[in-house]
Amino acid sequence: MDGLTRARWLHFFWSHRLGLGVLAAAGAVLLFPWYTDNPYTMGLTNRIALMSIAVLGLNLFMGCTGQISLGHAAFMAVGAYTSGILTVHAGWSPWLALAVAVAAAAGLSLAVGVPLLRLSGHALAMATLACNVVVHHVLLQEDRWTGGPSGLAGIPPLTVAQWAVDDPVRLHVVLWLVVLVVMFGGLNLVRSLPGRGLMVLAADEVCAACLGVPVARAKVFLWTLSAVLAAVAGSLFAHTYGFVSPDSFGIFVSTDLAIMVVLGGMGSVWGSVLGAAVIVLLPEFSELAETYKEFVHGGILVAILLVAPQGMIRGIRQAVALAWWRAQRGRSDAAA
Amino acid sequence: MDFMQFVWAGLGNGAIYALIALGFGVVHGAMGIVNFVQVDLVTLGGMLLYSASVLAGLPVPVGLLAAVVGTALVAMFVERLGLRPARTNHPLVLVFLTVGISIVLRGAIQMVWGKNRMAVPPITEDVPVRLWGAMVLPQTLWMMALTVAAIGALVWFFRGTNLGLAMRAVASNPTAAAVVGIPAGRVRMAAFAVAGACGGLAGALVTPVTTLSADVGVLLGLKGFAAAILGGFGSFPGAVAGGVLLGLVESLAAAYVSSAYKDALAFVVLVLVLCWRPSGIVRQ
Repeated sequence: MDGLTRARWLHFFWSHRLGLGVLAAAGAVLLFPWYTDNPYTMGLTNRIALMSIAVLGLNLFMGCTGQISLGHAAFMAVGAYTSGILTVHAGWSPWLALAVAVAAAAGLSLAVGVPLLRLSGHALAMATLACNVVVHHVLLQEDRWTGGPSGLAGIPPLTVAQWAVDDPVRLHVVLWLVVLVVMFGGLNLVRSLPGRGLMVLAADEVCAACLGVPVARAKVFLWTLSAVLAAVAGSLFAHTYGFVSPDSFGIFVSTDLAIMVVLGGMGSVWGSVLGAAVIVLLPEFSELAETYKEFVHGGILVAILLVAPQGMIRGIRQAVALAWWRAQRGRSDAAA
Repeated sequence: MDFMQFVWAGLGNGAIYALIALGFGVVHGAMGIVNFVQVDLVTLGGMLLYSASVLAGLPVPVGLLAAVVGTALVAMFVERLGLRPARTNHPLVLVFLTVGISIVLRGAIQMVWGKNRMAVPPITEDVPVRLWGAMVLPQTLWMMALTVAAIGALVWFFRGTNLGLAMRAVASNPTAAAVVGIPAGRVRMAAFAVAGACGGLAGALVTPVTTLSADVGVLLGLKGFAAAILGGFGSFPGAVAGGVLLGLVESLAAAYVSSAYKDALAFVVLVLVLCWRPSGIVRQ
């Protein structure tokens, strides 16, 4: 291959990297069930998909505003319990329940977000954490509706046409389809006019305000969007497992979500899925040492943050660029 | 009178929250981050007291001292081994680094002390004292007295010693402090030691009253964080005011509103106060 053809191909790949990336991801998702249909493995990947949806939303908020939310598990809880209560106690259809769950989360996040988003930094982190504690307490105490500490069981699965989405392969298709749609939306958002404004907001809030980006409104928008995605994840969680309990949505889950965002890289869409995958899979790898589980879990987290503070995707990209550059230099040295 | 009873209980808890909040404030002053390891230093303080007084049979005051020194040392290690090697100054990444270290430390505590609840004898015998119409446990009085003493020591430390002065310099402008030759790393390590001592003291003081396990430490630590934010993060009078207010609100809410929602109500009040006054109740 001569230099020109090679340059053209590189240009083609580079300019279509987004579309090709999503296409490759879609292909991988489609082909995965042929690679393995082991229910245990698929259970794990489905869990990654569920978390990814919430993490993608949270990453839009954290990445663009530079603020920490330690309360997004509360919105997952709102999604999951709205779905659960409506289908179990009122006998609604799962899809309708999902829609109402999303609406409920949107309403709640607006009500909470408008006053609270005036806060920033540690105060906002604390306020969101506080909201999560309050929601967790309500779930524990209102046991007439939520089942209290023992949880709410018997939530029906989603149905597509006449098929109930209840086995791992069907769940895989539905869940990862949602992830792909959210990912594609997230990647595209950056290229729209408001999205460009959000990118400025991500870099510098004062600068964004000077350029005419409606900062306060943008923050509330991102907050509500992330809450809605968390609620979708929560609702799908409820229909996937058929059972929800308050401890699935405690403050540790919220911190896990935020950790996934930071691990993958703030504002990185691909990083969100990678971060979710790492945190979901970590306990599996440290299964060997049951007693050292938390120890290993935290240790790996600290190690990744120490080595790649800018997030894994950017860390890997930089490492590859460095290796490439070294190889190039080696080649030119050899030629000289 | 019941009311005074609840006020005393609230003040006792408030003193603990204030101590933890002070620890948060010291590290925030030196590094500008929330140090979530503080949460586990509280647990560690209680556990060390348990080991010293129950397992090793030392008298409680000696055990208390050992707990405080031990947590301060662990906090110094945390800064030196966990935070200083980080290749970034980004506060958000550092905050999550502390979350990671906190998980490691919690794992380590569970490995060493197991998951059981620990009970420790109080400093002086559990004979309630009658004070302003309420029966008060001596341990509650110890909590308040030692917290006041710790606050006094902190004020002296920050105003009267070179290290304290250096810490304030690093807090107000790290670059300028480095230019005049203040070793920022060592000062931050000292800040962690102070924070660790506060957290350890809080944990050791509260253990005889509540019994301690890893998750109790977490809840206490988070309430300390809430107290710090409530008062105004980084402000020392704010930390004390926030701690006392949070303790009182919690105790009175449990008594007169709903005991089931005791923990939640404290956080609701926190959110309301933050909506009304975003930078905390004490103006800086």
